[in-house]
Amino acid sequence: MTSSRDACLALLGKDLRVELRTLRSLPAMALFAVTTFVIFRFGLDRTELEGGLAAGVLVATLLFAAMLAINRLFVAEHEQGGFELVRLSPVDRTVLFAAKASALFVYLAVLELVAVPIFALFFLESGAALAPLVPVLLLANLGIAVTGTLISTIATMSSARDLLAPLILLPLLIPLVIATANAAEPLLRAGGPEYDRFGTWLAVLGLYDLVFALVGYAVFDFLLED
Amino acid sequence: MRTLAIATAVTLLAGYALAFFYAPVEAEGFIQKIFYLHVPLAIVALVGFAAAAVYAIQHLRRDDPAYDAKSYVAIHMSVIFGTGALLTGALWAKGQWGVWWEWREPTLVSFLIIFLLYCTYYPLRYAIEDRDRQARYASVFAITAGAFVPLNFLAVRLAEPFIHPRTFSSAGGLPPEMLQAFLVCLLGMGLLWVTLVRFELEAKAASADIGRLRRALDPGYAEPAPPRRTVVPAGVSTAEGTPR
Amino acid sequence: MPEPEPAIVLRGLRRDYGERPALAGVDLELQAGRTLAVLGPNGSGKTTLLRVLAGLLRPSAGEASVLGCPLPRETWRLRGRVGYLGHRPLLYRDLSPRENLRLAGRLHGLERDGCEARIETLLEAVGMQRRGDDRVAELSAGMAQRVAACGAVLHEPELLLLDEPDSHLDAAARDSVGALIGPGGDRTRVLVSHERERALAEADEALELS
Repeated sequence: MTSSRDACLALLGKDLRVELRTLRSLPAMALFAVTTFVIFRFGLDRTELEGGLAAGVLVATLLFAAMLAINRLFVAEHEQGGFELVRLSPVDRTVLFAAKASALFVYLAVLELVAVPIFALFFLESGAALAPLVPVLLLANLGIAVTGTLISTIATMSSARDLLAPLILLPLLIPLVIATANAAEPLLRAGGPEYDRFGTWLAVLGLYDLVFALVGYAVFDFLLED
Repeated sequence: MRTLAIATAVTLLAGYALAFFYAPVEAEGFIQKIFYLHVPLAIVALVGFAAAAVYAIQHLRRDDPAYDAKSYVAIHMSVIFGTGALLTGALWAKGQWGVWWEWREPTLVSFLIIFLLYCTYYPLRYAIEDRDRQARYASVFAITAGAFVPLNFLAVRLAEPFIHPRTFSSAGGLPPEMLQAFLVCLLGMGLLWVTLVRFELEAKAASADIGRLRRALDPGYAEPAPPRRTVVPAGVSTAEGTPR
Repeated sequence: MPEPEPAIVLRGLRRDYGERPALAGVDLELQAGRTLAVLGPNGSGKTTLLRVLAGLLRPSAGEASVLGCPLPRETWRLRGRVGYLGHRPLLYRDLSPRENLRLAGRLHGLERDGCEARIETLLEAVGMQRRGDDRVAELSAGMAQRVAACGAVLHEPELLLLDEPDSHLDAAARDSVGALIGPGGDRTRVLVSHERERALAEADEALELS
């Protein structure tokens, strides 16, 4: 058996290399996020946001932008034989789950690197919330990455790929949205960041990540069988 | 099967008789009686979702389609019960608080989210044509959603610090007459779920039999002829080369 | 002379898609080092058989043992020992042939320098060295098929499963690819083809599906 770490790094490297070369997901995600901010500006008729409203706009925008990458995550594997390549190699199939979740995590982090400062520039009084937002977003990304990878695999193998992934994922991500929005809300208050029940919500996010990482690890094998 | 159906009918009748004639009428008035319908429906639906996850694990472990059928029917029945729970919940909210929907009632909101997730089980199944794969993916969904249920309750409850005063803060807080009536109703509802699941499984088995018979007559599903085996060139004479 | 363990043993192998049988009653014993041609019209289950042998599809019923691994119980022991050339190349279109082969080498756990050298040898053998850094999407179907053949033999598999390996290839390419995936050594081969005469010319045995 090839070491799982090697195989995972090889697959992750492949995904990042292809994304850098083709730029199929990341620019679209960033553009989508910025446009959504503009839509919220007019939809809510607000030029400044704070507290719960700011948290909601940010989380919803990032979530919908993430859907773009999730829909595309396994397209190459499905259409160009990547699933077979992995299944014919002496590697643990869960490696593909880990590699894809890592790739999605990287995409989300890069998206936020662009979109969150723009969000602050558009709507926030100051950038003081940016630093404490980092752990919240990292934990949220992890959760989106594991559930997104799991559901994307299911959706890719179905005849309704683009429809099924958001349909199943959005309700599945509601607890994560609740935790992320509640953790971010006090950080984005008008008077500067507060840390109301910050630890509780980080713990809920961590629990969500852990549970679905374990579920994904346990069931991913069955998704690749034929 | 018949015994089960009779037991279900008797328990349900007894439960609602107790609820209406034995349990006291609360301060909220008569509308509070819907509690005996709403809460058992919701609890049975949730237990049904959990059962579906357990069947799904067994399906993946043993590779036996019978467990997939059980998981499917369990989810199906629980979605129907869940619809009932949401409708009666709306009635109760209207009676108690004067609104059809109350976002500050975390149990009801959690239930709605869980219901929405399980509704996507149907498009998932119908979008996958290959039978074995459909069964496996459905099981993966049932397990994932099963893990989701407690997480969702936790997140929704934590998000709502102002919980409405409720009849049912914990079963121990009920007057004994109400608790007894409630428990009989819950048992009856559970039996109803089991009966309906059994009925549907039998109906599915029967329609599968009909399908098999129909396919046996359809040339499109005929068994392929066993392959012919030859050795080339004809001169090579090895024992395993003789056509079977 | 003691009888060596056969490379492939099938007894009453069956595979259904839903309720529709694709393959039924396949009995076969293939000694190591021999070539089996699988013939038959479209839809007779040739590709299904090949995918079962590769461990990509589970048999619905019957016994199957490939390279001493009973399927589907020990499919994992089979992985990495089979070279599979399907009717679509297992290549990422946005990577170059070299990158694709490197990825396959890493997944197979090949040692890095040895793998690089082998990739160059293989690409040269099929005349693809000069196009080795172009994206696969820019290659013609025949060129992609040549690269895919390199991928199938990169890890020196004991069993080669070939699904119409000549598709899209011109005569010259057929010869150079044939040198990689053709008979020779102690490699066992299963060759799916609808070109009866050509397949029989290089086969030791034939299985005719209907």
